[in-house]
Amino acid sequence: MKAAVLVFPGINRERDMARTLKLVSGRAPAMVWHADTALPPGTDLVVVPGGFSYGDYLRCGAIAARAPIMDAVRAHAAKGGLVLGVCNGFQILCEAGLLPGVLMRNQNLKFICRDVHLRVERSDTPFTRGYNAGQVIRVPVAHGEGNYIADGKTIARLEGEDRVLFRYAAPDGMIDPNWNHNGAINAIAGILNDKGNVLGMMPHPENHVEASMGATDGRGLFAGLVQHLEKAA
Amino acid sequence: MTKSTRKPSRVSTPKVTPALVAAHGLKPDEYERVQALIGRAPKFTELGIFSAMWNEHCSYKSSKVHLRTLPTSAPWVIQGPGENAGVIDIGDGLACVFKMESHNHPSYIEPYQGATTGVGGILRDVFTMGARPIACLNALSFGAPSHPKTRQLVSGVVAGIGGYGNSFGVPTVGGEVRFHTRYDGNCLVNAMAVGIAAKDKIFYAAASGVGMPIVYLGSKTGRDGIHGATMASAEFDDDSDEKRPTVQVGDPFSEKLLLEACLEIMAKDCVIAIQDMGAAGLTCSAVEMGAKGDLGVTLELDDVPCRETGMSAYEMMLSESQERMLMVLKPEKEKEAEAIFRKWGLDFAIVGRTTPTKRFIVKHGGKVVADLPIKELGDEAPVYERPFVETPKQPVVRAGDVTPPMNTTDALVRLIGTPDLCSRRWVWEQYDHIILGNTVQRPGGDAAVVRVNDGPKALALTADVTPRYCEADPFEGGKQAVAEAWRNITAVGARPLAVTDNLNFGNPERPEIMGQLVGCIRGIGEACRALDFPVVSGNVSLYNETNGRAILPTPTIGGVGVLDNFMASVTLAFKAPGQTILLIGETVGWLGQSIYLRDICGREEGAPPPVDLAVERRNGDFIRTLIALGTATAVHDVSDGGLLVALAEMAIASGIGAKLERPPIAVHAYWFGEDQARYVVTVEDGEAGRILDRAREGGIPARAIGTTEGDALTMAGERPILVAQLRESSEAWLPAYIAGTRS
Repeated sequence: MKAAVLVFPGINRERDMARTLKLVSGRAPAMVWHADTALPPGTDLVVVPGGFSYGDYLRCGAIAARAPIMDAVRAHAAKGGLVLGVCNGFQILCEAGLLPGVLMRNQNLKFICRDVHLRVERSDTPFTRGYNAGQVIRVPVAHGEGNYIADGKTIARLEGEDRVLFRYAAPDGMIDPNWNHNGAINAIAGILNDKGNVLGMMPHPENHVEASMGATDGRGLFAGLVQHLEKAA
Repeated sequence: MTKSTRKPSRVSTPKVTPALVAAHGLKPDEYERVQALIGRAPKFTELGIFSAMWNEHCSYKSSKVHLRTLPTSAPWVIQGPGENAGVIDIGDGLACVFKMESHNHPSYIEPYQGATTGVGGILRDVFTMGARPIACLNALSFGAPSHPKTRQLVSGVVAGIGGYGNSFGVPTVGGEVRFHTRYDGNCLVNAMAVGIAAKDKIFYAAASGVGMPIVYLGSKTGRDGIHGATMASAEFDDDSDEKRPTVQVGDPFSEKLLLEACLEIMAKDCVIAIQDMGAAGLTCSAVEMGAKGDLGVTLELDDVPCRETGMSAYEMMLSESQERMLMVLKPEKEKEAEAIFRKWGLDFAIVGRTTPTKRFIVKHGGKVVADLPIKELGDEAPVYERPFVETPKQPVVRAGDVTPPMNTTDALVRLIGTPDLCSRRWVWEQYDHIILGNTVQRPGGDAAVVRVNDGPKALALTADVTPRYCEADPFEGGKQAVAEAWRNITAVGARPLAVTDNLNFGNPERPEIMGQLVGCIRGIGEACRALDFPVVSGNVSLYNETNGRAILPTPTIGGVGVLDNFMASVTLAFKAPGQTILLIGETVGWLGQSIYLRDICGREEGAPPPVDLAVERRNGDFIRTLIALGTATAVHDVSDGGLLVALAEMAIASGIGAKLERPPIAVHAYWFGEDQARYVVTVEDGEAGRILDRAREGGIPARAIGTTEGDALTMAGERPILVAQLRESSEAWLPAYIAGTRS
């Protein structure tokens, strides 16, 4: 795996992400500065990490989506290259037009940090091949704006094309408004683009990867990506 | 970059009159001292500089003589009080840099921004010394829930703390929240930051070398926060809301950039000295760098990056705009350092030089607006030995004189849902407490445990004080605050190393308040000495009173301990049914100043529980050994609410219940007394006998009090209560209160 982690001013989970990529793949990712215009040659996975790019001052992700490096990311995605956006990264990918929809303030208007349960909807994607369809995983969220919404047509299309990869769920996997902490439509926690090579998700799988820290459910996502890329190579 | 205009300010500088001097918070005798020191009347800007340096907040003039009595050294202390933060050696070439600081006055006036800038300020203190922040904690005190301002203050302060820490990217892992009517007019916001640095790469404030460039870094200077430190050194009255313009606005985004830029240029070895611009901004930072290095400083205000045009020298010197730093650079590294700052989009300007004269000279628009002796500005600040009266001792409340108004089970359900004992989940879920991926024990336990780098080393962090004890007996209360912090660190298995103290009190010009301050400091000193737990940094916040009504004396203790291996730490949750529950420490059933006496019996009175430091140490060392041996499966210290509340918390955290034996003393005193130096420990059934023997040999009071089992707490002779019901009671109050459905 040759991963590149984008670093925008104000991003703050880039170290968490880099540590996890190294831990799972054995190889440290390249850290790519927002003002650069090219990805390192041979990059096979671009990761847009979490944080508060540009302070989230205009609208989450809106400024980062227009940073110089993003043209290279769009080109990478257009060629079918894998892109993973987590939290602020998901917001940036939506603002950059790589994913549909938008993330609004959480329903209770508060920042929420807690472990949540996600139902993995499909296992036949590069991002979820480390899980079984229907499996419930526990990973943390930490966001103030994770309430996913899009127009009815877009939602119908996302659902019709099975592009919702993760949903907030009860520990037994049932979809229940009481377990949808941010109020996202259809309990959507993560979606794929139409070509299936760009994933955006609000939760932080990179923070649950070590047995010694008591939680490993996030590891499957990265282990799956490593497998996928090894097979492709 | 907007530079200040070279034109003289449109506002003519006011004449220095007695009224103007008084408005600057300087007493007539202090003003005479200024004149004697410089041999003339100060100019307007000079008056502002003196007022900034000599106010209580910056000069510690009321507390200094007493603070000097605190123990500040130990073999593992690298830097004690007097720098931006304290520094201790945590082994393997690493140092822990930490400090706690208050932002009380601003938070009451503008809760969100007051709290954000409190967090921002303390984070800067830590990374100024070259440390990357790895955790934040906070201790918050609010007025009675029924007070009309409390709800808004809680919401605003919590959102502000989260708003800054979450964006900056540091986990907020612990702290405490309390409510009491004595904070109605003055809330307390104490923020603590903890960072890690290489032991041999610590940066200090003292400048060295003559003619070295003094560089201004970070955000631009605006008109915000002018005289913030002076405000923080005065009492409030009914017009305090009009002080809103003295509150600064926080920008965590700029601070994150400042952090990365500072650490990058420190790594490139560009820095001689560095000081953050906190209270009294440019004035305080420039004077400290010069004075500590025995050098003079000349500042050219025309070169200071300003947010607005037409700012006067006075405004620039006293602005408390946030996210700014002052640095003395190695001249040959100037270009390299500038490039790093430009990369991060931050302002970088050479605004002065060090000089051999020991004068603090400030120039603006071609004119010298201040020319003062730099050492005297700091060192010659007045120091007061203010008169004090000792707090009268309270009578001991005997258990036999307290009639339980309800049965044990009802009292427990009620206590676990009271404002002071209920779950703080609503608070800490608004803080990102997991970022950086090192939070081993999250909020809600005795101490937070945070892994250092990739481990296995970890820090145990806590913030503690019991103000109602301090009010009833400042000396015992001061001791108890330290002992409680030490105990919380012990309860997760860590070795307590050092503390930071944040002393919050009322008006020191009142002898009874001064008596509280003196008593608490004596108690803190005694406990820190007895427990080898030195004070390495701290902050004093006085004048926390409104219309003559002071807060409860609140000396918050922030404690740091170390674990060699984070995997050896234990949590307070019961682990499995069938384990034996042990109570370590002696229970006489001390009800005076207990939450039970106050919240169940409606009596806020009596002497607080005494703290025997030798016993604390003995019991704590025993607990730490049990944890190190891997015998303790769960540990929880017994504090607010007493034994039964501690057991309920262990049950709630796990969902596992317990069967508890009949008390050997009066039931209410046994279950709810707040005797000190106690812990609840669970062990495998077969281990209990051996451990009790061992305790007996060591002279440590210990007894088996029950067994974990089922889904309810069952006290012999009482109605059982489901753990789920306790959890519901514990979780309900805070969210309902904030939503306005409960008061």
